[in-house]
Amino acid sequence: MSTHEATVEHHTSTGLDNTKLAMWAFLGSECLFFGSLISTYLLYRNRVVTGPTPHEIYDIPFTSVSSFVLLMSSLTMVLALAAIQRGDHRGLRIWLLATAFLGLSFIGGQVYEFSTFVEEGLKLSTSTFGSSFFVLTGFHGAHVTVGILMLLALVGFSWAGRLEPASEGARKVELIGLYWHFVDIVWIVIFTVIYLVPTKG
Amino acid sequence: MTDLDAGTSMEHVVDPHMADHPSPRKYVNVAIILAILTAIEVAASYITGLSETTLIVTLMLLALVKFAMVGLYFMHLKFDSRTFRRFFVTGIILALLVFGAVLWLFFALGGPAPGLGA
Repeated sequence: MSTHEATVEHHTSTGLDNTKLAMWAFLGSECLFFGSLISTYLLYRNRVVTGPTPHEIYDIPFTSVSSFVLLMSSLTMVLALAAIQRGDHRGLRIWLLATAFLGLSFIGGQVYEFSTFVEEGLKLSTSTFGSSFFVLTGFHGAHVTVGILMLLALVGFSWAGRLEPASEGARKVELIGLYWHFVDIVWIVIFTVIYLVPTKG
Repeated sequence: MTDLDAGTSMEHVVDPHMADHPSPRKYVNVAIILAILTAIEVAASYITGLSETTLIVTLMLLALVKFAMVGLYFMHLKFDSRTFRRFFVTGIILALLVFGAVLWLFFALGGPAPGLGA
């Protein structure tokens, strides 16, 4: 596709990029999805009949490091966008790979946390707290995993020259970036509401 | 010019629609503030002298500031069209309404809402 065709494609009745508008609509719907899961967790977390309570099982220092890692991945993501906005594809790939690495580190931490919880007696079916916790954080982890796959796809597209012209490439990177930052924003809420806000017991 | 200073002027940006996005240096500054706020959040959760209400309000305010900073600067809501902001804010408002509805259902169906002081 020529540069001219690519530019014409984005002339819309609203004057806005339709793909970006669709991404924001999707993120708005994701707010509802995670809002429901967080609501369910808050309603069930203190209804522990069997198994460990949140107070007994959470490892705040460990989760704090994971949160810091995910926050910093948002920084590397915007630096990737800034790189392609300058037409710097090498910089783009470096920052995208850094973002994917930080995302993988977060997921690794989550796998470790889940396996530790299971060893300590908290499983999906142990209590309503266990069910709501694993479903909420599991779905968030799944979103991070999808984000990592999209980041790696972008790296591949960049290597294959499929992010040209750079203005079109920047739009694609921005879309994936919006998704990635949303995943980070959701974790900001989860970290505070689920891990830091004190529970009874 | 360092890598962090790049992209601050129109001549370095390949897409004019994105020319008003912050510079990389500004992104780093925002990330530093986010890291400091996270450290304050974690430290606050370990302070034993705070009442539960004070702690919860403090934590929620800090989370709100972090949420807004990522949305406004990293997701460019501060610089992009207001339409995008409206889509996102509508989602957040609907999510809060869902939470309110679920809470109301728990009360309406009898018994206090578990996990919220019951």
